Amino acid sequence: MTDTLTPESNVTAVPAAPPAETRVMRLRNFWSDYRQSWVAIAALIVIVALVLGAFFAPFLVPQDPYDLAKLDWLDAFLPPGTEGSGGYAHVLGTDNAGRDMLSAIFYGLRTSFVIGISAGALALAVGITVGLTAAYFGGRIEALLMRIVDLQLSMPAILLALVMVAMLGQGIPQIIFALVVAQYAYFARTTHGAASVERRKDYIEAARSTPLPTWRVMFKHLLPNVLPPLIVVATVQVASAISLEATLSFLGVGLPLTEPSLGTLISNGFKYIHAGRYWLSIYPGIFLMITVVAINLVGDQVRNVLDPRNSR
Amino acid sequence: MFGYLVGRLSQAVVVVFVMSIIVFVGVYAIGNPIDVMIDPGATAEIRENLIRQYGLDQPLWRQYFTFVGNVFQGDLGRSMVYNTSVTGLVFSRLPATVELVLVSVTIAAVIGIPAGLYAGYKPDGIAAKLIMALSVLGFSVPTFWIGMLLIMAFAVELGWLPSGGRGEVAEFLWFKTSLATSDGWAHVIMPAINLSLFKMGLLIRLTRAGMVEAMGAEYVRFARAQGLPDRQIVFSHILRNISIPVITVFGLELGSTLAFAVVTETVFNWPGVGKLIIDSILTLDRPVMVSYLVMVVILFVLINLIVDLIYARLDPRVRLKGGS
Repeated sequence: MTDTLTPESNVTAVPAAPPAETRVMRLRNFWSDYRQSWVAIAALIVIVALVLGAFFAPFLVPQDPYDLAKLDWLDAFLPPGTEGSGGYAHVLGTDNAGRDMLSAIFYGLRTSFVIGISAGALALAVGITVGLTAAYFGGRIEALLMRIVDLQLSMPAILLALVMVAMLGQGIPQIIFALVVAQYAYFARTTHGAASVERRKDYIEAARSTPLPTWRVMFKHLLPNVLPPLIVVATVQVASAISLEATLSFLGVGLPLTEPSLGTLISNGFKYIHAGRYWLSIYPGIFLMITVVAINLVGDQVRNVLDPRNSR
Repeated sequence: MFGYLVGRLSQAVVVVFVMSIIVFVGVYAIGNPIDVMIDPGATAEIRENLIRQYGLDQPLWRQYFTFVGNVFQGDLGRSMVYNTSVTGLVFSRLPATVELVLVSVTIAAVIGIPAGLYAGYKPDGIAAKLIMALSVLGFSVPTFWIGMLLIMAFAVELGWLPSGGRGEVAEFLWFKTSLATSDGWAHVIMPAINLSLFKMGLLIRLTRAGMVEAMGAEYVRFARAQGLPDRQIVFSHILRNISIPVITVFGLELGSTLAFAVVTETVFNWPGVGKLIIDSILTLDRPVMVSYLVMVVILFVLINLIVDLIYARLDPRVRLKGGS
């Protein structure tokens, strides 16, 4: 066609992504399929509400639970609904330090979401890189990388996370790192599976025969076509990151009490259940359960919609 | 087949060594274990002696080689907290974990398989939908939270069952087990149910999938055409055909039950190896941490190896590709 090929001018004629119009249409189709299930709609609403609630927690809840000046020891262990010294009713009761449970839960939800979403996003990035590299280059690189990934997948995530936490100690960055190590393999496997199929198709061969840099072919041409299955894995992995973090914190090896997540709150409340002070642990637990189950339900519906066997 | 075997074996050995180095160096990097176990008012001399006794004055690589050398002699070091040999410590805790895992696996199989069969037999019925919804809960709700709910309901509110500990143990054959006393059974039942839920969810899904597939298979339609009653078709034809994949996956999952036992044992204060590892992380008991983690790595590498070998035995394509 042309006598000289410069990387950016003519070659971009190889379509990197579908034009904007079809993308909007695809999104609209996706939504009309998604809303077929009222359970999935409800789950989505719940997640949005919880994320907004966690994000705007300082403006919504009656108390900053970690401002020690505002805590009164006389308010400790008030059962749900009792009015404390602050002049308002503690809807979900107070804990051993006189902290309003509702406030503590929304602040804890914040920590849980931050950890779950950042761990999920980082694991996605690492997993995509590993999976694409393996599928694109093949040969020994592929054998080595996928062997490591398979070995990791054969071990339960909780165990890997425990190993990492044992090495790194407590704290938010440490936990996120541990979760990424424990979870990237799921993304790597899914990316590799989808990418090895795409890799053999003509459009990749065409893109490869141009002088485009390798990374550009991998991330601009190959990646968009392996994304749909990754979306499903990502939702499920965010839920499992949140529940893994809660488990680690419950075991006492996750977050310290100064940076409480839902798991830390439950762990703290667990000490008092024999005294009949159920509200310290049961309410954060209910929020944790609702969060995890809602994310999983959304993930299930996204999988159903994206599954080509279900398309009309 | 022999070349394949050698290739896989050497790979497994390499993995175990690399993992042991990572674990050893990683665990070494945290904290100073001496500060944890020694009274801050102790003299410098006592301190020096202790450091020398545990070999902490040596460079890291020499400590690692001493550790590996000792492992080959069956010595995993001494616990810094309990001041006994780690081998003895682990083996004194192992029976508790094994009995917990055994009971929970049995519960999972006894409930999960029939439930899965039923859900696959009538996939559109309300009962089947309910069973599937419960199995999703078993998958997604964190184990420790369910365990806590069980304690709240049955130990605190109703007072039917004890909330933790192993209860009375009695001699059975050659070791002590709580399964030999009724008090022991009262203690084991709640943690075992807690630990079984995840596995039960998995079993329900597996059996249901197998059942749904089998219901449309030729041999089932043929048996139907012969006029055999459904009961006989399900139990003597279908069950036999779907049992192999179910048992395979279930066997593989035994290893992960050990990992999940860490959580259940902590919730129910069950004195097994899982509780031991959590306690050792919290008290920075280095030798126990390293030994437990390395033992678990060996266990999983072994399970992987066995699976690879079974697949190679069943599928010639795998072994013809060689041990790459």
